[in-house]
Amino acid sequence: MSEQVIDLKKRRFLTNATSVVGAVGVGFVLVPFLSSWMPSARAKAAGAPVDVDIAKLDPGQLVRVLWRKKPVWIFRRDAQTLANLETLDSDLSDPHSTGNSKSNQPTYITENYRSIKAEVAVIVGVCTHLGCSPTYRPELGAADLGGDSWKGGFYCPCHGSKFDLAGRVYAGAPAPTNLVVPPYHFVSNSLIRIGIDPQSS
Amino acid sequence: MDNNKNWIDQRFPLTKVWNEHLAEYYTPRNFNFWYFFGSLAMLVLVMQIVTGIFLTMHFKPDAVNAFASVEYIMRDVDWGWLIRYLHSTGASAFFIVIYLHMYRGLLYGSYKSPRELIWILGMILYIALMAEAFMGYVLPWGQMSYWGAQVIISLFGSVPFIGPDLLVWILGDYAVGDPALNRFFSLHVIALPLILVVLVFLHIVALHTVGSNNPDGVEIKKNKDKNGIPKDGIPFHPYYSVKDIVGVVVFLMLFSAVVFFAPALNGYFLEHANFIEANPLKTPDHIAPLWYLTPFYSVLRAIPPMFGSQFPGVVGMFAALLILLALPWLDRSKVKSIRYRSYPYKIALGVFVVSFITLGWLGMEPVTPVNAILARVFTILYFGFFILMPWFTSIGKTKQVPERVTE
Repeated sequence: MSEQVIDLKKRRFLTNATSVVGAVGVGFVLVPFLSSWMPSARAKAAGAPVDVDIAKLDPGQLVRVLWRKKPVWIFRRDAQTLANLETLDSDLSDPHSTGNSKSNQPTYITENYRSIKAEVAVIVGVCTHLGCSPTYRPELGAADLGGDSWKGGFYCPCHGSKFDLAGRVYAGAPAPTNLVVPPYHFVSNSLIRIGIDPQSS
Repeated sequence: MDNNKNWIDQRFPLTKVWNEHLAEYYTPRNFNFWYFFGSLAMLVLVMQIVTGIFLTMHFKPDAVNAFASVEYIMRDVDWGWLIRYLHSTGASAFFIVIYLHMYRGLLYGSYKSPRELIWILGMILYIALMAEAFMGYVLPWGQMSYWGAQVIISLFGSVPFIGPDLLVWILGDYAVGDPALNRFFSLHVIALPLILVVLVFLHIVALHTVGSNNPDGVEIKKNKDKNGIPKDGIPFHPYYSVKDIVGVVVFLMLFSAVVFFAPALNGYFLEHANFIEANPLKTPDHIAPLWYLTPFYSVLRAIPPMFGSQFPGVVGMFAALLILLALPWLDRSKVKSIRYRSYPYKIALGVFVVSFITLGWLGMEPVTPVNAILARVFTILYFGFFILMPWFTSIGKTKQVPERVTE
């Protein structure tokens, strides 16, 4: 036998090469485990549209339905409420939904009322801050919400964000953007289908 | 008897481990009240594991059945109410003990060289414990479970670019629901307890490598007798093993009083809204995390959105937690113990304690304009303690540290 010489360079190369191949293998093995956390086929299939009958909805009344496991509010606004919405621009952080809130509503809804028909609002009732469902506070001049300047709206109990009756966020609130308006359309005068855009668009 | 011991010792280092970690592990002789909380934390960990095993036998990790199965444990399972209250009270007791244990570290500089790794392992333990407690609180599927999960998981949704996808990945769905409950159950009963036990092991191995600090902050290993035993050291067993039993007895008296007479502790240990089943349509009028998470929750609420994103608040909250990891390197003082520290440090530590407790209190209160300002002030003071630490630990006059521990 000849004298053994250890080639450290070769040994280091082989160690590194083995480690790299091993790490790639670990990476591949991780894929099924990490993927198993994604929504299952059953969860994906559960996003069906929801129909809401608004024939019996009085002005000021609000109903909540679950759509894709999130609360959606449908409420009727009277002429006075709509007029009040026009006066709030200076208190809101994005009154015309042209800034950061632009992607939070479909393109076919009106600018200030954020609805297809001015008197009927359809809004996803999930605060854009951290996902709580704000409380409906339609009463004018609520003392705990700023007194006379409060024209009705929503108040998030978790972190104190305020929204008006079009779901637009007040300036200075923790919520960064207006509430989301879901895709929806009127099947008839009294039936709303949430989850599907109007045919024309 | 000796033959049996020899037989084992030839195959497993039983006597060696016993001596190294108990009978011949030398601990400073001047431990005071603050040194009970390490062993108490171990006691609570064991209690949580044992009660948890028995709760798992009756609980159903399923959004439809979870709430009812907890009520079933409370009403129909023999002694189920006791096991569940031991577990729920144990969670809060764990944090009381851990906060006192950590405060002890601050008081006596136990995080300073050569014990930085003990502190870091302890901090990782603390963070893992918070995750464990949060996931446990989701399981009963009450209103607070549901909306607490909603808020905490939404934090991850605010991460720029990947946030929304990350959120769906964590939830396994497009909203908090059955998949989230199911995976939190798995993490709560298997993954995190395993991690906690391993971390506790590492924490203790690191501690026994360098030895315990003490209220004087004197290294007892610097003064050894001719046998190599620290002059100010006494064997952990029987001296401190017996002393710790006294702590255990007092702790169990207080603990039992809560379990038997006020298990919900007026909404502080079990929140009232959590006795109502989860309702995805309605957030309770007032929601707050359990008391042990509220200081960080206050920091989250104190930081306003910037650039149309709530991410800065989330970063602030995690920074408030992670900045504790840097403590050993922020402290420039030559002395460890509060007994010999300079006045600037004593004042800063006082301000820090007041800030932490006030932030914790604010986190349980509804947001009002005054509270929002207070939260911002105390958030600044909280971070100020760490950011200014290299400065205020290097000024002022420290007292002379004695050679040996004092009585």
